[in-house]
Amino acid sequence: MTTNALPTRRDEAWRYSDIDAVTAAWPLPAPESIVVPAGGDFKRAIVQDEGAIHQIEMSIGKRAAASLHILNIGGAYGRIELNVILHEGADFHLGAAQIGGGEQNLEIVTTVTHAEPGATSRQMVRSVLGGTATGTYLGKVAVARDAQQTDSEQDVKAMLLDRSATANAKPELEIFADDVKCAHGCAIGELDAMALYYLQSRGLPPGEAKRLMLQAFVAGVFDGAADEEKLQALALAKLGELV
Amino acid sequence: MLNIENLHATVADKPILKGLSLAINAGEIHAIMGPNGAGKSTLSYVLGGRPGYEVTDGSATFDGQDLLDMDPHERAAAGLFLGFQYPVEIPGVSNVQFLRESLNAQRKARGEEPLSGGDFLKLAREKAGLLGLDMDMLKRPVNVGFSGGEKKRNEMVQMGILDPKLAILDETDSGLDIDALRVVGDGINTIMRRPDKAVLLITHYQRLLDYVQPDFVHVLAAGRIVKSGGPELALELEREGYAEIAA
Repeated sequence: MTTNALPTRRDEAWRYSDIDAVTAAWPLPAPESIVVPAGGDFKRAIVQDEGAIHQIEMSIGKRAAASLHILNIGGAYGRIELNVILHEGADFHLGAAQIGGGEQNLEIVTTVTHAEPGATSRQMVRSVLGGTATGTYLGKVAVARDAQQTDSEQDVKAMLLDRSATANAKPELEIFADDVKCAHGCAIGELDAMALYYLQSRGLPPGEAKRLMLQAFVAGVFDGAADEEKLQALALAKLGELV
Repeated sequence: MLNIENLHATVADKPILKGLSLAINAGEIHAIMGPNGAGKSTLSYVLGGRPGYEVTDGSATFDGQDLLDMDPHERAAAGLFLGFQYPVEIPGVSNVQFLRESLNAQRKARGEEPLSGGDFLKLAREKAGLLGLDMDMLKRPVNVGFSGGEKKRNEMVQMGILDPKLAILDETDSGLDIDALRVVGDGINTIMRRPDKAVLLITHYQRLLDYVQPDFVHVLAAGRIVKSGGPELALELEREGYAEIAA
């Protein structure tokens, strides 16, 4: 994922990016490298609230577990890019929420490579977008030829608060092994009008009703995070700004 | 308390209510019966302010205020409660949190102090007990995985907690078995049969009216009230059918 040349929209991984913002930030520093040793247990929460580009390369050793929680909410353009390699029996969990309004462009781009047998990966991504904001999730799962018994799952949902907002979601599977389980689900929708009306009929003002439903929508993403309460509170505050 | 005059309403440009008039005073229980497609649910949604239900003529006032000019949450804060025919499932939103926030939003709108978590739970436990609904159900997401009967009981628990002045109950009896019907009927009586409150029951059948005795019964057909009477009218309808009476 490290490219020396400035990416253009023709590069698949930068297709929906704010190229002007990328240009301004170019050249990017070398990606952060995280190595989880065999049998290790790693946890990290990332809050992107200033309009930055984070690139992380992560290698998860044999039977090690790594869990990342991401809240992507800040700045005109915020991008988090993960390149994860799983070794034998390793486990990777990603719980991510990106919440944007105005003209924000937020994206999460992941490449999860099951390089060896028996590894598991779970990715859960929720996007909430209002105004003319754009939220993108590009998620590639690659399974190497001998990475049998791979168990991988992507669960991707986006909620559009305005018809002028955009959500892009692209799951991508590249599987060379023949005994694997790779599931992916993706949905983009709007808040259910009947549910909103039901909540309002009990006395909740429209903004409160929306906030309650959006809170439920992103709930679960930060379960088990190192900083769960802080992440929830930040997400809630950002949702409050949008409704 | 509720004064509806010459109400006309459309749904997707189709006229449904065509000159409906009805007055409900404090202390009264009214039942509206009528065949499928008469406009019963439309009436409840128009009074509840559901988007898409367009009032084209006439008026509705609630305690002297123009009801039709208020947003749904303002109607709730003014003391109107709508019991849904099909209560909505809302995954991820806990009943308790939703009801507490709703009640406190109403109290805030009325300039009252919010209820503390402890006081709210006490209130919720009392009302759930009244309707025979397990307190654990109230902690679960709103109506998710509830049976038809549990959803209707949950509506009545909500009514008990929110303590409205006027309850419009849209086919609250549908989907209830005989025992649940009695529990819900008793709940309506306990919560709403007060000199300062009123109820509008919308139903197809006489059976709920065995438990909740109406003071007035109206027949709604083709968007208008075509006949009004006392409780005996419900029995007459059950015996003769709508076709005879509404004709």
